[in-house]
Amino acid sequence: MSFRLLRVLPLAAMLAVPLHTASAQQEWESVLDEARGQSVYWHAWAGDTRVNDYLEWVKRRVRDEHEIELVHVKIDDTGAAVSRVLAERSASNHDDGSVDLIWLNGENFAAMKENDLLYGPFAERLPNFALTFPEHNPEVVTDFTLPTEGYESPWGKAQITFYYDAGEVGDEPPRSMAQLLTWAEANPGRFTYPRIPDFLGSTFLKQALIALADDGDALYEPVAQSDFEAVTAPLWEYLDALHPHLWRSGRQFPANGPELRRLMADGEVALAFTFNPAEPAAAVADFELPESTRSYVLDGGTLGNVHFVAIPFNSPRSAAAMVVADFLLSPEAQARKQDISVWGDPTVLDVARLDEEHRALFDQHSDHPALLPPEALAETLPEPHPSWMTALQDAWQARYVGR
Amino acid sequence: MSTGHRLVLDEVRLVLAGSTLLELDAEIGPGEVFTVMGPSGSGKSTLLAYLAGFLAPAFQASGRVLLDDSDITRLPAERRGIGLLFQDPLLFPHLSVAGNLRFGMPRAMPDKAARVETALAQVGLAGFGPRDPATLSGGQKARVALMRLLLSAPRAVLLDEPFSKLDRQLRHDMRRLVFDRLREAGLPSLLVTHDREDAEDAGGRVIELGQ
Amino acid sequence: MLRLAPWLIVTLLVGPILAGLAMALLPAFGYLPALGGHGFSLDPWRQLLAQPGLARSVGVSFTSGLVTTAISLAVVVLFLAGVSGSRLDRWIRRLVAPLLSIPHAAAAFGLAFLIAPSGLLSRLVSPGLTGWERPPDVLIVQDPWGLSLMAGLIIKEIPFLLLMCLAALPQIDPERRVAMARSLGYRPTTAWLKVVTPSLYPLIRLPVFAVIAYATSVVDVALILGPTLPPTLAVSILVWFNDPDLSRRFMASAGAVLQLGVTAAALIAWWCLERLVARLGRQWLARGGRGNGDSPLRLAGKGLIGLATLTAFAGIAGLALYSVAAFWRFPDALPQGLTAAHWLRALPALSGPVATTALIAIGATLIALALTLAALENEQRTGRQPAQGRLLSALTLLYLPLIVPQIAFLFGLVVVMESLGTRPTHALVIFGHLLFVLPYVFLSLAESYRRFDPRWSQLALSLGTSRNGAFWRVRLPMLLAPMLTAAAVGLAVSIGQYLPTLLLGAGRVPTVTTEAVSLAAGGNRRVIGVWAMVQASLPLVGFIIAVGLPRLLWGNRRDMRGSP
Repeated sequence: MSFRLLRVLPLAAMLAVPLHTASAQQEWESVLDEARGQSVYWHAWAGDTRVNDYLEWVKRRVRDEHEIELVHVKIDDTGAAVSRVLAERSASNHDDGSVDLIWLNGENFAAMKENDLLYGPFAERLPNFALTFPEHNPEVVTDFTLPTEGYESPWGKAQITFYYDAGEVGDEPPRSMAQLLTWAEANPGRFTYPRIPDFLGSTFLKQALIALADDGDALYEPVAQSDFEAVTAPLWEYLDALHPHLWRSGRQFPANGPELRRLMADGEVALAFTFNPAEPAAAVADFELPESTRSYVLDGGTLGNVHFVAIPFNSPRSAAAMVVADFLLSPEAQARKQDISVWGDPTVLDVARLDEEHRALFDQHSDHPALLPPEALAETLPEPHPSWMTALQDAWQARYVGR
Repeated sequence: MSTGHRLVLDEVRLVLAGSTLLELDAEIGPGEVFTVMGPSGSGKSTLLAYLAGFLAPAFQASGRVLLDDSDITRLPAERRGIGLLFQDPLLFPHLSVAGNLRFGMPRAMPDKAARVETALAQVGLAGFGPRDPATLSGGQKARVALMRLLLSAPRAVLLDEPFSKLDRQLRHDMRRLVFDRLREAGLPSLLVTHDREDAEDAGGRVIELGQ
Repeated sequence: MLRLAPWLIVTLLVGPILAGLAMALLPAFGYLPALGGHGFSLDPWRQLLAQPGLARSVGVSFTSGLVTTAISLAVVVLFLAGVSGSRLDRWIRRLVAPLLSIPHAAAAFGLAFLIAPSGLLSRLVSPGLTGWERPPDVLIVQDPWGLSLMAGLIIKEIPFLLLMCLAALPQIDPERRVAMARSLGYRPTTAWLKVVTPSLYPLIRLPVFAVIAYATSVVDVALILGPTLPPTLAVSILVWFNDPDLSRRFMASAGAVLQLGVTAAALIAWWCLERLVARLGRQWLARGGRGNGDSPLRLAGKGLIGLATLTAFAGIAGLALYSVAAFWRFPDALPQGLTAAHWLRALPALSGPVATTALIAIGATLIALALTLAALENEQRTGRQPAQGRLLSALTLLYLPLIVPQIAFLFGLVVVMESLGTRPTHALVIFGHLLFVLPYVFLSLAESYRRFDPRWSQLALSLGTSRNGAFWRVRLPMLLAPMLTAAAVGLAVSIGQYLPTLLLGAGRVPTVTTEAVSLAAGGNRRVIGVWAMVQASLPLVGFIIAVGLPRLLWGNRRDMRGSP
């Protein structure tokens, strides 16, 4: 009887609170042991000095705490890291890859997972993963409607946030897609969006489609299951009407979000949007944007998603990569990341469910006029199925490229 | 110093693309200046290149060159012991005057500094050792070039129109200086020129090419 | 040992390129087992041809290659023809080196900021002269015709072609030729064009081909200044290679092969143009016009090269100003304040990449220099020199890395290197850089080396020095200045490499250039300004040493200054 109980207890405990069991604890200890002294090459987009500075801090912390040598491999396009892993697979390098950790989500994750380029599942093995309370927050285990199945670990959140120069626009920026068109007609050349296939630009298409489509539910199933032409017709009608009033009359678009921000900085446009709610405030602090910058989200909410870190299948240092991923989920690291003066990237932890001590870390007050209060970001629209992104990109290019 | 060396050209024949450019059979004794005259294109320079060991691969040569009875025909240029004096003094611009003089001195030669000083004094350039060669006059350069040649202790000397670029007065003085020094050292010399006066001052046998 | 040098060079340069091309060719026809492509098919090509705007991409790539080259060459030739030794001329010649040392991307950023509707020029005259309170909504930078792209390329290709011409000119003794023509009644500039150009062109023909190849396939400049809807072919290929949808790799490879074809087509078109110009030129020569339009020609040459130089430096100055700017918005001509914050933020991150950049650049340059010297010395000793300007001599292969577009073979090369079991290291990156550094070092040094008076070595030998002694004690010190210049060119080339560093180093070998490009992705012009300054100053250090060291060493050797 007692013998049986002993065997059953850990199992029951594992089901209840999986990562606090003795065996999970032991297993994690062995991961920590293995990780000690390893180097982790983390391929991460490096277009923002604030992100880079934060990664520097992470590097120092994991060195002190876990004796891991973290190297930030600075890339300008996540696809470059995916290419690298693919090249290694092409050359039959199955166990000595040069990429240990990638910052990614959406299409890149879908592509790597589909082609078996990822290691895992590992996310559930990270002790701090429990702090995201996935059972209450499905977005941390769902990447563009695809279940992550533990092949990537959540790191931060993004949500489409509009920002504008109040000195020019006043207090009444357009708050819906319909108002945006009216506003653009009244202010020709003062708004634009990044050109497709940029991630942010494509998200704008999806945001518009969600607002305009008659059958919104179709967007959460693979595109092949619906009539693409019919569903997207209102979108093209809208864009055809909008483009003549855009910056450069819609004959040219900025390459990406940062370039859109630069157009704001140069005064070439007066209204823009970003995926990082803290970006406008940070840019004001960096002298890029004017003090009169303000931000908001559209009525009815905007698209939001979670970004993740994943480990390539051939990383020889997956233990250390997991330890880094776990550290990134620690309340200390998450709170620092959310700090507007550091980066301002919203946490993926369920702060309300954390214990008091940890919750206090997130008690950050900022009255920066360009920064939205957290409650303003409450209305998040979930991302459509990733196949829609590709289909929209192809259709947009066929329609607007080379004219 | 005048132990006396002897340079023998044994049935030397130079051929370019199947046609004979020049044939020569001569013996040059110690201190003798043997003059080869001829217009441009007669093969004078080719002869010098052949004797010094720089013949371009386009030419074929037959015959032998003997220096003090040893066959040097197949030796590389640096081991032939044949010194050269060009039209230009060609003092190495990156070395001082003394550096130029030391350049050719055999490695084992003792008292290099003293020898350099003596050599400079012999041609009226005492104290010129540290100077930049670019600051010397044409005549001074020519004298340094001559002393550099002699200090390298050659066993024979080739002269490639060495006076043609000097002005008239200087040319006369230089000729006397050069020929005296060569005789004194007992070196067999071969002079190539198209200036008849050079040949007369040399005072040795003269042959004319291309006739 | 020495005899192996030419073969070593050819193997080092040709092997990787052919291997890389092969690895682009296979996926282009559907073969890439890692992505499930086990058979051959034409699907990648069908997919490629279905890309919207492909014809336009190809058109812009092709045209910008030819137009850039034609204009750069015309400006350089006109300038040289009108050179009179005035102070302005000397200044322009002196600016060649610093201009060359400005990395392409930095020059492009500078130009973009200069000419954009919200750029420096527009700010200087606004709102005073223009009345613009806001930037005018006109399309200048990234115009669909690729005009701004061509302008950016021309600014960078002019100094390169000028340097190549200056290196080749002494061989053909232009002063004597012009003097002769002038004695026959030709005006000086016309005389130069008629008697020097026909002999000069064959000597710079291969560098001209390199410019065409570069301009048709450039990535970084096209990203900044090139058209966007659609972008140039090379940029599209890069986008496809990095597309999250991995099945696009097949199409990207087909694109890489197409790029090779576009570059080849541009070269062939240029070759036909050459024939045409030669025919027309002969008639022009034979007509015997003495040059009534002489002064306009001379002024055009000077004016255009002056404009190009000024533009490049103004752009860089704008970036420099931005690197210390606080808030600075249109239409302010100057920033509202200056701050060191951007520099202070970058400084801690600088030391690593700067050290890596220096290590790789010095490593690649030293190897290139050693191989070049070995090959050239071998040429001297065997008395075999390649015929000048001949297209088919073995050393023409030196130009292969400059003529085959990087984007066509680099992705394949990475796979080849991985298959060979080489892991990304500094050594591998140095090897990759060598592909591009070696040709430039060879080109820069060959002329001086071949023209070096053979009597110096003969003299040294006749004074009893061995061949090696003559090399070390005479040739090397006397050729120090051109050697250092060649080394500086090599350093500059290495420092500017982006794709080879990124791809072969797997991003693990961060150089100033890879850092600059990845930070530039953030679009923050202040950060770009800081890194562009750093990126431009490193090669400049090389050029300063190249000019200064001989002067320092040969301070009291008059004939060693400015020679040979």
